[in-house]
Amino acid sequence: MIRINHLNKKFKKLIALNNITVQFDEGQVVSLIGPNGSGKTTLIKTILGLVKPDSGQIYFRDKNIKQEGFTYRNEIGYMPQIGRYPENMTIGQLFSLLKNIRNKDENSLDYDLLKQYNLVSMYDKPMRTLSGGTRQKVSAAIAFLFRPPVLILDEPTAGLDPLSSEVLKEKILQTKKEGTLILISSHILSDLDDLTTDVMYLQDGKMKFFKNLATIQEDTGEIKLGKAIARLMKGEDPAANMISEILKTNR
Amino acid sequence: MIKLSKYVLYNILKSKIIIAYTLFLFIVATGLFQMEANSSKAILSLLNIILIVLPLVSLIFTTIHYYNSYEFIELMLSQPLSRKRVLLSEFSGVCFSLVMAFCIGVGIPVLLFATDVSIGISLILIGIFLSIIFTSFAFYTSVNARDKARGIGTALLLWFYFTLIYDGIILLILFTFSDYPLENFTLVMAALNPIDLGRIFIMLKMDSSAMMGYTGALFKDFFGSSSGMAFTFGCMILWAAVPLLLALRKFRKKDL
Repeated sequence: MIRINHLNKKFKKLIALNNITVQFDEGQVVSLIGPNGSGKTTLIKTILGLVKPDSGQIYFRDKNIKQEGFTYRNEIGYMPQIGRYPENMTIGQLFSLLKNIRNKDENSLDYDLLKQYNLVSMYDKPMRTLSGGTRQKVSAAIAFLFRPPVLILDEPTAGLDPLSSEVLKEKILQTKKEGTLILISSHILSDLDDLTTDVMYLQDGKMKFFKNLATIQEDTGEIKLGKAIARLMKGEDPAANMISEILKTNR
Repeated sequence: MIKLSKYVLYNILKSKIIIAYTLFLFIVATGLFQMEANSSKAILSLLNIILIVLPLVSLIFTTIHYYNSYEFIELMLSQPLSRKRVLLSEFSGVCFSLVMAFCIGVGIPVLLFATDVSIGISLILIGIFLSIIFTSFAFYTSVNARDKARGIGTALLLWFYFTLIYDGIILLILFTFSDYPLENFTLVMAALNPIDLGRIFIMLKMDSSAMMGYTGALFKDFFGSSSGMAFTFGCMILWAAVPLLLALRKFRKKDL
């Protein structure tokens, strides 16, 4: 569904994306993981066309997004890392604006999260009065609203309380069953455990690996994603090795 | 485009800053007309205040609005909307609200109290143009600077340049080369600063231009004619359009 071909991006001297080639298909839930500044958000933003790559192509349903213009974004739901909205705009206005832009049939819309997060009762509240977590809920509800075939979630559970984050996970699982392609970037690996089907690990803009979850579990012998990744990275990263050495001698 | 700018406008009109700005202009304008017995004198004072306050408020307000809307712009761009459309919607929303604030704050008192309607209307026209021009400038500088502090700094610098430094440079040149005929040169120099252009355009409609000597007479001859009027508004339109087009061009390739 999304094919990325030798993608490169530099921010001045910093290499944000280094020759990334990958393909995502329907029904996959891809976890984008990696340390801070490894290029996760940049990759997401390039797919959305918010960041323009220096070289390389991105194909959405086999069409180059550079030539496609903006219409392909009709099929993407995006939940940003930080949701800040115009101060005086109310939740209701924001939703009617978005519905206006996409112009989809009212019956096809997904109000599930809006109801579960109780946002409907806050329709008249201006954005400036909302807490960070509530704004995050609004962002999530926006991403799912149009039942898009592709969902891109940038650190979705950061800032959400445990209950709301559980609701969101449940929603992701449900859409996964409908065959939606979902990209999630997150640092909270335990959140990704039951969701993910594939893992993409980025470091310093390079793709270290892109593997099926089952393969990873087999290779490492660990069931939990967090432990499995830690084991995989141990072999690669000398710093991690050094730290475990020190921990051993101290014992 | 109208859909989005409607929401942008609605958001701004509810903000306290724009209401305070409208009130400030209204109080100053009415106050001046009440204090001065001669309405053309009041207009002259009003002109001097407008030429300083209007560019400053337009620049700063637009810049702050742009940086505050950054995440919202990002969200809009993740929707099926083109970059051009998003930026133009933001621009028209901000522009319309500033122009409206000016028309209510200054336009109403001027139309109520000014005895010479043609000068009053010119003043309103110039004010509208200056609001648009400096909004357009602010969009250009904020699209170029990623950092908010830098964006506001550049906006302030622009304001300093157009209200103070530019006039200083002209005076310096005029004094240095006072032995040469500089009338046509000053005409060109005036066109290169929208604030000066506006000032000259209105001053020449008043009797006070009689005191400006030979240059004043030449100016009156030029700006008073219909081709001079076309020239003024042509320059104003260019001053508004060029920064906006440059901003659009930059925005199209920008990483957000």
